Amino acid sequence: MTDNIDVLIIGGGPAGLAAAVKLWDLGVHSLLVLEREKQLGGILRQCIHDGFGLTRFGTTLSGPEYAQRFIDEVRERNIPYITNAAVIGIKPQISGGSGGTSARQPGLRSPEGRAAFGWSAVSEQNAGRSVEAPELKLVTAATRDGLRKWQAKAVVLAMGCRERTRGALAIPGERPAGVFTAGVAQAYMNLYNRMPAREVVILGSGDIGMIMARRLTLEGAHVQAVFEVLPYPSGLPRNIEQCLNDYNIPLYLSHTVTNIHGSARLTAVTVSEVDSQMKPIPGTEKEYPCDTLILSVGLIPENELSLDAGVTLDGRTRGAEVDEFFQTSVPGIFSAGNVLHVHDLVDFVSLEAEALAESCARYLSSGLPECALNIVADKSVNHTVPMRISGSHDVPLSLRPSRPFRDCRVVARQGGVELASKPMKKAIPAEMIQMKIPAAKISASGDILVSIEAGVRASCPSEGD
Amino acid sequence: MQRKFTCIICPNGCEITAEYDTAAGSVAIHSIEGQTCPRGEEYVKQELTDPRRTIASSVLVRGGELPLASVRLTAPIPKAKIFDAMREIRKLAVDAPVVAGTVLIENLLGLGTDLVVTKSVGLR
Repeated sequence: MTDNIDVLIIGGGPAGLAAAVKLWDLGVHSLLVLEREKQLGGILRQCIHDGFGLTRFGTTLSGPEYAQRFIDEVRERNIPYITNAAVIGIKPQISGGSGGTSARQPGLRSPEGRAAFGWSAVSEQNAGRSVEAPELKLVTAATRDGLRKWQAKAVVLAMGCRERTRGALAIPGERPAGVFTAGVAQAYMNLYNRMPAREVVILGSGDIGMIMARRLTLEGAHVQAVFEVLPYPSGLPRNIEQCLNDYNIPLYLSHTVTNIHGSARLTAVTVSEVDSQMKPIPGTEKEYPCDTLILSVGLIPENELSLDAGVTLDGRTRGAEVDEFFQTSVPGIFSAGNVLHVHDLVDFVSLEAEALAESCARYLSSGLPECALNIVADKSVNHTVPMRISGSHDVPLSLRPSRPFRDCRVVARQGGVELASKPMKKAIPAEMIQMKIPAAKISASGDILVSIEAGVRASCPSEGD
Repeated sequence: MQRKFTCIICPNGCEITAEYDTAAGSVAIHSIEGQTCPRGEEYVKQELTDPRRTIASSVLVRGGELPLASVRLTAPIPKAKIFDAMREIRKLAVDAPVVAGTVLIENLLGLGTDLVVTKSVGLR
């Protein structure tokens, strides 16, 4: 049997829950959250350290407390959700009734189809714009009640991200036990009461790795050092201070693990310095005896379902390519949070998902304007979100620098005209930058170029290069 | 003397520079620069005189749907007392159900901070 629904939200972590609550408050009550795990809350359930919520709630909370605030909001409203429900497919086109996937449903493109979707006013509101009536999406999930299917007017992708593993790094050496990603070690310690390590080396200076350096130290393990292949840290400065410096754990930049030793259990790793091309320098090898190697080497948006739905991904964020409404290349499929681009702060995940909810509600009631203006970045910027805008609204742009800058300026230009700029004392890849582009200055055509310009003050040149 | 700080109060991580002198066990601060909010100045003053941190950990839960409930301190404690506090936290075991917000230890080690549960754990 296939149930009909307005919005299906995939993922009950911070993004999915914030989107659900906001949609509900905007009057969208035909709504369901599907969560793969046993409980709502996503990765926050294992992030027991504090520091969450300063932006969204004005106070510092632990991960479980931050998640609980949204879970409570969901329960107060009786927003439906299903846990232990793994979505296994999203098909953007449905042939009439049977749930097949081959033929389009032509009725939805007709005036009657639009009226059935509640889009009677579309043609007036979007005069002159080529807005297509949407097609329903067929979502299939494996649940405790067996296979279930929904036909949804809109789908919200909120699946989060996952960690890069040893396999992705191709570290040579043996394959002993004792090599964990930081999040796996965190789950062992904070969810399952298992101590995974005594003598620890950490590869990668991502925030979770540094937070686990502190957690392991507090529980009696000895963390020898954190090694980072890049010439600058990947994580936030405050975590270097409170997780490493506080416990005298050294951070070595431009170093990487080049060999792994041990048969049943890890016995040692070899660490080498790397050159400016990140190639290990022969003769710099040093062996560190240890029983555990923790990897904190990056997060990847988890987009298998997005690809299944035909959503176009961006090569740089590895998340969906979205417009200012967080709508993907497939009309009616939206994406926010870490599945869209990896955030450093959950507060911004919640805020992004709430903005998505406003767009999604508008999509259901009247459709969304076309977004024909591309946002492009030069090589000073790793990526921007969104990638396309309408030009009719002020747009908050999220971006990350591709390397550290000092005394710089983030600038957005269209055809040489400056639309917005933001001076910054420091800009680092670990910190997402947000900048508003005012609609008033945007022309009807022409790409918008975003770049970071270094050296505003000659006395303080930029790092790198 | 000059010392540089990375403020840990919020994710901005302001780089703050303090000029100060120490004489007869007390600290005389001449200037604090680089912070973008008043909390940065407070943080540096605290770091120079009595550096403090909050800690988060977990306690055993008997008969719960999860084996652990996460906990944290309600106020920062002197850095030198962190491992003493961990020893006290590790001694604890509580019976399910446990409700977030419950104070497990009042005035931990007389440090003026409480240990509070941050995750509810239901019965198994």
